[in-house]
Amino acid sequence: MAQMTMIQAITDAMRTELKNNENVLVFGEDVGQNGGVFRATEGLQKEFGEDRVFDTPLAESGIGGLALGLGLTGFRPVMEIQFFGFVFEVMDSVVAQMARMRYRSGGVYNSPVTIRSPFGGGVKTPELHADNLEGLMYQSPGIKVVIPSTPYDAKGLLISAIRDNDPVVYLEHMKLYRSFRGEVPEEEYTIEIGKADVKREGKDVSIITYGAMVHASLKAAEELEKEGISAEVIDLRTISPLDIDTIIASVEKTGRAIVVQEAQKQAGIGAFVVAEINDRAILSLEAPVLRVAAPDTVFPFASAEDVWIPDHRDIVEKAKKVYNF
Amino acid sequence: MTKTIDAVQDQFETFQILSEDGEVVNESAMPKLSDEQLQELMRRMVYTRIWDQRAISLNRQGRLGFYAPVAGQEASMLGTQFALDKEDWILPGYRDIPQIVFHGLPLYQAFLYSRGHFQGGQIPEGVNVLMPQIIIGAQIIQAAGVGFGLKKNGKKNVCITYTGDGGASQGDFYEGLNFAGAYGANTIFVVQNNRFAISVPVEKQSAAKTIAQKAVAAGIEGIQVDGMDVLAVYAATQQARERAIAGDGPTLIETLTYRYGPHTMAGDDPTRYRTKELDDEWEKKDPLVRFRKFLEKKNLWSEDQENKVVEEAKEDIKAAIKKADGAPKQKVTDLINFMFEELPYNLREQLEEYTAKESK
Repeated sequence: MAQMTMIQAITDAMRTELKNNENVLVFGEDVGQNGGVFRATEGLQKEFGEDRVFDTPLAESGIGGLALGLGLTGFRPVMEIQFFGFVFEVMDSVVAQMARMRYRSGGVYNSPVTIRSPFGGGVKTPELHADNLEGLMYQSPGIKVVIPSTPYDAKGLLISAIRDNDPVVYLEHMKLYRSFRGEVPEEEYTIEIGKADVKREGKDVSIITYGAMVHASLKAAEELEKEGISAEVIDLRTISPLDIDTIIASVEKTGRAIVVQEAQKQAGIGAFVVAEINDRAILSLEAPVLRVAAPDTVFPFASAEDVWIPDHRDIVEKAKKVYNF
Repeated sequence: MTKTIDAVQDQFETFQILSEDGEVVNESAMPKLSDEQLQELMRRMVYTRIWDQRAISLNRQGRLGFYAPVAGQEASMLGTQFALDKEDWILPGYRDIPQIVFHGLPLYQAFLYSRGHFQGGQIPEGVNVLMPQIIIGAQIIQAAGVGFGLKKNGKKNVCITYTGDGGASQGDFYEGLNFAGAYGANTIFVVQNNRFAISVPVEKQSAAKTIAQKAVAAGIEGIQVDGMDVLAVYAATQQARERAIAGDGPTLIETLTYRYGPHTMAGDDPTRYRTKELDDEWEKKDPLVRFRKFLEKKNLWSEDQENKVVEEAKEDIKAAIKKADGAPKQKVTDLINFMFEELPYNLREQLEEYTAKESK
């Protein structure tokens, strides 16, 4: 076991797959010699050569088309979108092309593409770097969406994403890149896509969350514990498809739930999770399922992040509201 | 001093081999084609003209769905495809069905595509084509990727892709050319300039005098071809193909052509935006008439031969429509099963739900 940051675990996963499968290609803006704007691809071009790890022209749409085309000729593209706020440039390639490839060819073709991209607030980035746009992906049939919150999950999930024969959007929260280290096995391992992880067991209220909000929720759970409320924290890890069994089992046990996301209330996946719980476990509910989410404004100007992004206090408050309903 | 723009535009003169009378006006550029190949080219153009007429009529009878007429573009479509190797890839636009059919997609599947049936997209193994692309420009960036993949695999093959004059205004059009240029991809980009994007004339797309000159922005080869001259189209494509597989990168080919029919069969009426004079002018350039004259002078074509092709096309179309009629009705469970290699929970549940519904 090694102690790694999440970004090191991500690099390690790409290195593992570049080594394992000669069809794996890593490309995007500045991912080659420069090693990526966050050093996620550091050293990979040197180790595997320019044929395997290379820079592209500055055009997200072109990168998407390149990935789809390379996928058709036998490669396994791992493409990077420098910041997920730039996904709008490549929405067609991702949700209208790759996501539909298997379907529109009646199973003849597929798009074994992994789309890596950083996102997330708390590091005071300029405009359209940090936006939480995972909800747009959730609404698009044909793609899977993975959002890890720990170095261990990041490596296992990225290896699984690269091996998946359908397109996977793999979102990396910028605040989690280097904020802490965690145990990561040096050997290869996978974590099944579509499986949540109970990061903390509890019996009074389920906190269902993902991304940076996992850590805010764990902090909230500690505070709640002091007040005698036992919170169970579920890290979804994959937001599309949801791990419905883990969610429902937890809600059936606790009878109360909140869904926590960094995205605006009208965005993200909170509403979908609430709907699934209402459909499947209403008879277990002692209280309505409430949401912690950001206000429905455009992502904040950098110096307003602290008052805008939901934090552990918002989670404590909402959990108590549900507990005392 | 000439303006820079004039100097650029002067580089893109129209490449032509046959005059409207079927005379060879550019002997040195004449492609090496056997008599049989020349006859086969003519056969395919006649076949496609009949197919277009039948498709329009079948569409009117409600026996076909979405259909974008091709009459007038036979030289542009079939001349380019004829220069390809079986292993080459085609990424067609929505109008480019003849190319993928002559590349190996069975006609009944093309009809199923028109009707909106998944079997229309189930390309047979070994036929390197994608389904027609509806998002104008998407095929261009994808073709850069396929062409780059072929190069990376060391294949002596190319990827050819098609769009129209309107499509050359899209961002993906430019990005595709530029990516292919940056990577030296084995890609041939064909713009079939039929002068209209639905009702919008090409002059309203851009101030550029040619579309071929857009290659300059990507630093790649560009050529403007008489798209009603099948020999010129073939020769230009063949040269672009040779350059690509020699490692000299992509080419943009602009074919000057015309569609005699409407944009699609979904209610477009060309008389709203096209004059009779313009239609008449382009009728004179009909690629079939010109090539027929050329072949007749060489005693390579006769009315009998032509009638035979017409009959053959009609028979094939009848058989293909019949085969398409026999395709099984689509079920929701089919559609679910084509979504992923392994279904997620929501689709597993819906599969169960619809399996129960369908067994009632």
